[in-house]
Amino acid sequence: MKITDIVEALDLKVVSGHGGLMNDVTGGYVSDMLSDVIGNAGEGSVWITLQTHHNILAVASLKDISAIIIVKGGIPEEETAKKSNEENIPLLSTDKDTFTIAGQLYDLIKKE
Amino acid sequence: MKNYRADLHIHTILSPCGDLSMSPVNIISEAARKQIDIIGITDHNSTGQCSLVRKLGRDKGIFVLQGAEVTTKEEVHCLAFFENTDALKYFQEYLDANLPDMQNDPLIFGDQVVVDEDENIIYTEERLLSNATGISLEKLQSFVYENNGIFIPAHIDRMKNSIYSQLGFLPENLKADALEVSRRSSPGRFSLIHPEISSFPLITNSDSHFPDYIGSVFNTLCLKEASFGEIKMALAGIDGRRIISPC
Repeated sequence: MKITDIVEALDLKVVSGHGGLMNDVTGGYVSDMLSDVIGNAGEGSVWITLQTHHNILAVASLKDISAIIIVKGGIPEEETAKKSNEENIPLLSTDKDTFTIAGQLYDLIKKE
Repeated sequence: MKNYRADLHIHTILSPCGDLSMSPVNIISEAARKQIDIIGITDHNSTGQCSLVRKLGRDKGIFVLQGAEVTTKEEVHCLAFFENTDALKYFQEYLDANLPDMQNDPLIFGDQVVVDEDENIIYTEERLLSNATGISLEKLQSFVYENNGIFIPAHIDRMKNSIYSQLGFLPENLKADALEVSRRSSPGRFSLIHPEISSFPLITNSDSHFPDYIGSVFNTLCLKEASFGEIKMALAGIDGRRIISPC
């Protein structure tokens, strides 16, 4: 499964990092504590968070995250979007909350 | 130049987690007893008790830095201090506008009161002060420097409400007068694990919620006199003003 499939199925808005839309998806991770993500997120995961600080891109790059979904209509800082373009890690946005979008992503990945 | 003992992170009775014995009168008498020359008043997201502590401190020869411990949007705790009444008032308005409208339940979180010199309650804060504000770390940093304040990310060694716990590592564009390491660790010990913090001035404070803890750790600052400007210079190490040691 590619990021672009997820964008379509979950009706996500691509904020930045369009160059990474063909990244492969191997799983998902949900956390708002970056120290936890650094310790535990798996390579190729789609990461769901409400954080918008630009450190999320550095963490995503470090952990080879395939894309970040920002929940509840959060708007990433300019610096965050810039880094997402540089790193080809898409920033995806949804108005849904973490519980809802995580459930939908789980179903989608499980079906595959 | 003279050495001053400074403990810059003290909660009052106004913080929900601050003990009811943390009245301005008790804080000043405890600081005097421990021979602390400079204290910082840092309630969660409020400056409501600062002016009385400052007044009482003046009578006892203790200099009081006025500010708050802000909870940013990312739930990072940061100390912010301002020099004069106008800047402090503007800061309070900024906090008020960004604190979520959630009622405090004193039975769960604790009382949030402002008291006078005779320890009579003169104000009860209804909104829960320990909540995260809507202010991002970057916005807070900008606000503090636009208003000539002092900005110190708090207890960076703790795995709760710290830059490291919430944001993983120091943001590359972080600007701060100092970083605070809690009394549970020490600047020396924490910089062994995170050598990158050594590019910032490092201090340690008591983060007191009870009178006993006031001055349990402190920093020795070399200053010409106890003032906001001198303290800011000491943190930056300008013109002979300096941090001699966190203790």
